[in-house]
Amino acid sequence: MSFFFEVLIGGLLAGIMYSLVALGFVLIYKASGVLNFAQGAMVYFAALAVVGFMDKGAPLWLALILGFVVMTLFGIATEKFVLRKMVNQPPIALFMATIGLSFFIEGLAPMLFGNDVRPLDIGLVDEPIPAILDAFNIVVSRFDLAAAGIAALLVAVLALFFQYTRVGRALRAVADDHQAALSIGIPLQHIWALVWTVAGFVALVSGMLWGARNGVQFALTFTALKALPVLILGGFTSVPGAIVGGLIIGASEKLAEIYIPPVMQSMFEGNFGGIEGWFPYVMALLFLLVRPEGLFGEKHIDRV
Amino acid sequence: MFYRETGQFKTTYAADQQIFPIRQDRIGILLLLAVAFVGIPLFASEYWFTAILVPFLIFALAALGLNILTGYAGQLSLGSAAFMAVGAYAAYNFQVRVEGMPVLVSFLLAGLTSAAVGILFGLPSLRIKGFYLAVATLAAQFFIVWCLTKFPYLSNDSSSGVISVPGVTILGFAFDTPRSNYLLVLSLVLLLALAAKNLVRSSTGRAWMAVRDMDVAAEVIGIRLMHTKLLAFAVSSFYCGVAGALYAFCYLGSVEPDGFSLDMSFKILFMIIVGGVGSILGSFLGAAFILLLPIFLDISLPAVASLLHLPFDNATVSHIQLMVFGALIMFFLVVEPHGLARLWQIAKEKLRLWPFPH
Repeated sequence: MSFFFEVLIGGLLAGIMYSLVALGFVLIYKASGVLNFAQGAMVYFAALAVVGFMDKGAPLWLALILGFVVMTLFGIATEKFVLRKMVNQPPIALFMATIGLSFFIEGLAPMLFGNDVRPLDIGLVDEPIPAILDAFNIVVSRFDLAAAGIAALLVAVLALFFQYTRVGRALRAVADDHQAALSIGIPLQHIWALVWTVAGFVALVSGMLWGARNGVQFALTFTALKALPVLILGGFTSVPGAIVGGLIIGASEKLAEIYIPPVMQSMFEGNFGGIEGWFPYVMALLFLLVRPEGLFGEKHIDRV
Repeated sequence: MFYRETGQFKTTYAADQQIFPIRQDRIGILLLLAVAFVGIPLFASEYWFTAILVPFLIFALAALGLNILTGYAGQLSLGSAAFMAVGAYAAYNFQVRVEGMPVLVSFLLAGLTSAAVGILFGLPSLRIKGFYLAVATLAAQFFIVWCLTKFPYLSNDSSSGVISVPGVTILGFAFDTPRSNYLLVLSLVLLLALAAKNLVRSSTGRAWMAVRDMDVAAEVIGIRLMHTKLLAFAVSSFYCGVAGALYAFCYLGSVEPDGFSLDMSFKILFMIIVGGVGSILGSFLGAAFILLLPIFLDISLPAVASLLHLPFDNATVSHIQLMVFGALIMFFLVVEPHGLARLWQIAKEKLRLWPFPH
């Protein structure tokens, strides 16, 4: 039984890491209706930027600030050169443009900051917490717990930012209705640049955590693929959805990885590991059949 | 001046409904076919057949399949490569397991198998749409590739799912030279393109477009949504399946499941974006563009680098390739969202009036 809980807790904590990436998607989708496929590439870009600056001799705090500056510039450039020119195009076209954007980043980032795999040390170690290990005989990684704490902090900061600042209110207004927001004098283009910057910041945080865990490498771009089922499960427009979805996906994925392959093995011949590549998708898909707008998504009403 | 339909009167329904109603188009197409069937086989080198023409035709067919689903029926799919994989493996299994199975029949059965799988993964489209559906098709992408890797039966017990297909022999004639291979692929692709062209201007095609433009409205005017959407998935997967079978049998000869990756799905998606969403011609133009661009960059970038004395190594070249690729996609979406096919249409409009301004 303690093994079950160990897997469950490990999954939940891994799920938080997925939520972090999903959060970036939600921010941009809420404010501009764009499903930003490049979020994974942005995670890679941010992590690579920080490591790149550290290679040049900058201390961690400076590298983080510089990384944030890079992500800000990138957000502004994206708004100026891509989004602004694509106003009034169907959302699908914008989505495809972000796929193009992700290719662009995947080429640009290693050119600027080098493409070899590098470790990233942010002062957290991946080792079990002795107190929990002694008391319950469950391995809980210190790193995962810290990552979950950072994620919680980030969500709290974002929630406060959205709720209580002038800019946050403007962001919510734009998310509700572009035209109405424009007509009361909210500069849509600034807001978009801003929201891409905030998404860049979220990418930076998740890039730090993922990079510290797995090393800064190209595989960081695949975090987007981990976040997508989280998104459809939680709903594209909901910050709590991203968190809850991440928890569900993380936990079920790890449990499935442990418990399903042996069952399949007993039914068929062969080795059935590695189901975590598709399991979240199939689960999210089955879930969508019951609730097409996701857990916390807004119900979509079509008018003819 | 040369491209004007003045004086071409339609006196029968058949004449009115033909695919190319303008005589100049018909002549153009006949010339193109002559070049493709006679000119190219006479003059092209082996490199052109194996590295450019055959993959171009096969990817054009896959793009055509995706275009039917995304361009005509409006259902975005990110899993086309997986359906190609289904086709490739199905054709292989029919060939290996059934004694004396004609190759063309196994291609057909591969397409049908792929269509069946397509219907299965198209089922969610009845409940969900837009981005939710796009993400859901990723389930097909990952699940199918995983199945092909993990179930040894599907690859005839070969290690890690790699299959080596037997050569193509039809009625005793072995298609073993690049030239005959090319002619076989060309004939099949043209046949299927002709079928697609006719399909999209039939009532089915109109129903697809109605669903694409607004599915609730389409339902109100009496289009059966379930039937129409699933048919789109089936036909699209059929095309991708046949493309996959050709990819294995006529292009590579030996394929592995991981070859049909998400990147390949994206590549096919880019083909229809660049070529033109909702256009048969666009599928071909897009496939040509996306396939030729990397080759062109491969050749031109080192030359440019040496000209400017820049220290480009191989990694940098591949990075620049990615950047140019991504930038071009965005450029096309910003400048000409209807793709190359639309440019061709504009050119035709201009040609019609030429040499007068309007």
